[in-house]
Amino acid sequence: MAWRFKLAPDNTNWDFFRWQWITFGGSLFLSAMAVVLWAVMGLNFGIDFKGGTTLRTESTVAVDVGEYRVALEGLALGDVSITEVFDPNFTDDQHVTMIRLAAEDATQAITPEQLAQVEDVLRAKIDPDMKFPSVETVGPKVSGELVYTSVLSLVVTSLFIMGYMWLRFEWQFGVGAVLALLHDVLITIGIFALFQIKFDLTIVAALLTILGYSINDTVVVFDRLRENLQKYKQMPLRDVMNLSVNETLARTLMTSVTTLIAVGAMLVFGGDVLRGFSLAIFIGVLFGTYSSVYVAKNIVLMIGLDRSEKAKKTGTPDEFANVDA
Amino acid sequence: MLYTPLWKKILIWAVVALGILFAIPNLFYGRVEARNDAADAAEKAGFVTTEQQAAMDEWPSWMPSGLVNLGLDLRGGAHLLAEVQVADVYKTRLDGLWPEVRDALRDQRDAVGSIRRQPSEPGTLRVEISKPEGMAAAVDAVKALASPVTTLTGAGSSDLDVTAEGATLIVTLSEAERAATDQRTLQQSLEIIRTRVDQAGTREPTIQRQGADRILIQVPGIGSATELKQLIGTTAKLTFNPVVRRGTSEDKNPGAGNLSLPSLDEKDVWYVVEEAPVVSGEDLTNAKGDFDQNGRPAVAFKFDVSGARRFGDYTAENIGSPFAIVLDGKVISAPVIQSHIAGGSGIITGNFTVEEANRLAVLLSAGALPATMTFLEERTIGPELGQDSIDAGRVATLVAAGAVSLLMIAAYGLFGVIAVVALAFNMALIFGVMSIIGATLTLPGIAGLVLTIGMAVDANVLIYERIRDELRAGAKSAARAIELGFERALSAIIDANVTTLITAGVLFFLGAGPVRGFAVTLAIGIVTSVFTATNVTKLIVTWWYNWRKPKTLVV
Repeated sequence: MAWRFKLAPDNTNWDFFRWQWITFGGSLFLSAMAVVLWAVMGLNFGIDFKGGTTLRTESTVAVDVGEYRVALEGLALGDVSITEVFDPNFTDDQHVTMIRLAAEDATQAITPEQLAQVEDVLRAKIDPDMKFPSVETVGPKVSGELVYTSVLSLVVTSLFIMGYMWLRFEWQFGVGAVLALLHDVLITIGIFALFQIKFDLTIVAALLTILGYSINDTVVVFDRLRENLQKYKQMPLRDVMNLSVNETLARTLMTSVTTLIAVGAMLVFGGDVLRGFSLAIFIGVLFGTYSSVYVAKNIVLMIGLDRSEKAKKTGTPDEFANVDA
Repeated sequence: MLYTPLWKKILIWAVVALGILFAIPNLFYGRVEARNDAADAAEKAGFVTTEQQAAMDEWPSWMPSGLVNLGLDLRGGAHLLAEVQVADVYKTRLDGLWPEVRDALRDQRDAVGSIRRQPSEPGTLRVEISKPEGMAAAVDAVKALASPVTTLTGAGSSDLDVTAEGATLIVTLSEAERAATDQRTLQQSLEIIRTRVDQAGTREPTIQRQGADRILIQVPGIGSATELKQLIGTTAKLTFNPVVRRGTSEDKNPGAGNLSLPSLDEKDVWYVVEEAPVVSGEDLTNAKGDFDQNGRPAVAFKFDVSGARRFGDYTAENIGSPFAIVLDGKVISAPVIQSHIAGGSGIITGNFTVEEANRLAVLLSAGALPATMTFLEERTIGPELGQDSIDAGRVATLVAAGAVSLLMIAAYGLFGVIAVVALAFNMALIFGVMSIIGATLTLPGIAGLVLTIGMAVDANVLIYERIRDELRAGAKSAARAIELGFERALSAIIDANVTTLITAGVLFFLGAGPVRGFAVTLAIGIVTSVFTATNVTKLIVTWWYNWRKPKTLVV
């Protein structure tokens, strides 16, 4: 046998339920914590969801956030937040900040005149050559709709996935898979709340991607489980599950690692504009891998499967599964 | 022996070859883009200049020249989401209807008594009659003015709703008519915005209707959203209104149906004019920059037949009284009508410079926006930021591809190399498909690409692990293990990828802007990676197996 790099040893026979109260309890605890953090600290919504204006500034002068703040005082802009942006790809004299101006009122965001004032003041007081590589304004009306469509898209995706799982497997698998997805998404949101990372439309896209990725991982385990259920009709459910996870473990780890490597490359080298997005996917993939091994099938075990011959004969859900399995 | 039918082999390699062929132009982006621009310009102009010919010669004509479009966030430019205030048009319509209603009711004077227009909310016409008992006759008279709605959905209904409330007659546009009007307003606004943006000579602007009353405008290469707003946002609504009186300050109470408007260039001069215009800019067939008899810049205009007739009738009946030329709520000038102006042409003078006159002429002939627009979303992305993002994306893609390739080769040896080759084909296919369908690559799209690299090898991993399983389980022969591996992994591959495809679909239909770009890239990546993993990899493995005929298989 030639040398092979292995993430999991061959022929593992680990009992993935041995610590199930710790792992499953831990998952429950983390999910609950995420909800608490979300409720208590709130999310640091970007202008997509809150309305308002962001300016990206770029200057060769080192940034002193205090100076920026002083410069902008007296313009009567309401809530202003200034953050310096760091990125390993920046050159030495590239100094970037993001300035966020809150929406003025219910109808209108910042006026073009105010925007011009802000740019003029910064050029006058900080750096006459300051550039503004991006300026974005979202009105409160649109931001409200974006919140709505974002929530809708998460719900619709979950329902579609549950429906598909029900068609291809059995409803217990659908429930298990979707609860596991919820777990991944909740924990990712919790981490965004904890570190107050900017939460905008791209993060919602990332969350949806996590749904897609995590279900992918879970489906592979379930697919093997389905096959083994046919093969070992007398084996207890718990053991069949352990067997299936062990058999697919090498693949699960391998795919997660390649995805983490790719997303990691994006996190480090992909530029600061995509950092939040990459981070969300990175966290999501991490927990998605964990949940496909430790959460999804535990839920199926708890609900229980009807494995009697009667269920096989009348159970229409399985007929679909037999088409090309 | 492993066997694949010849037609299948040819088909698979043909798809791969086509993918690569269509992806190639993207490697020479600048050159191909210059060629395409030159070809477009030449086609528009109808002849080819030498520079255009030179640019076109830069890229062979027999090669595909489709490119992956770069999204605004990568190319730089401006993005606007405008909401068209469709209700504006209801108001204009009803204000225009008032003279007709007045005349119709005047004919019924015996039954309805005297009539007075009441102030009302925009989009409603309220008329008070002094004899409430004649209301039935009044309603009938106004109803006679209504005409049927001519759209499919509104067929059979009338365009006006006429109701009575005590001594007040209320006229509004019917539901069906409002829907039809909205449709028209949006269509008109789209056309006008397109004309104006095209005049600025920018490349590939996106001007799209979104939802019931919104228009999305994306223009690459324009300096800022403010600039874009100036370009499209000028209303240029021209009307000719009868003048009621002239004053030195704003008349706070001009009377129902009248407006108090400032003069454009005279300080402290206000005109009270009738709100319903005699003719408006929509009746213009032509407008161009010109000079008046004193050699000052002016705008010459010409009305269409019905506009010319109305203008002629009005001037014939009102010799000696002033009428106002109103542009965007300001009175340009208010000449006194000297004589009957037949023929429907004339000039507008004001304190214009030559440029202003020309600009006004352009705006007038492009037509006025039928309704005002409010901007719900404005985004400006500088070209440098876009270039930075492309560079960062390129580095991330290369690093990701390199690291994933190393890991795959370390884990699966020769089979890993085959997976990496398949990954390379996969990338080419993604770019090829995107070029063919003219998809737009956005910044999150690059992320989708990087993510695809990580996930694309998944199908290969599934197959290889399955082959290992079969070998361990003691498959009859190496060939059998390979065959079973590909076969048995398929259901997991399909299930796993269909679910991801579902999320990509939702992202596409519900996501906005760049997120859609991500969805497209992700979806294409999923389809091509399943194709390369299950077909291309299999062909290479088969070819290798039949060539070397190994006794034992090491995956």
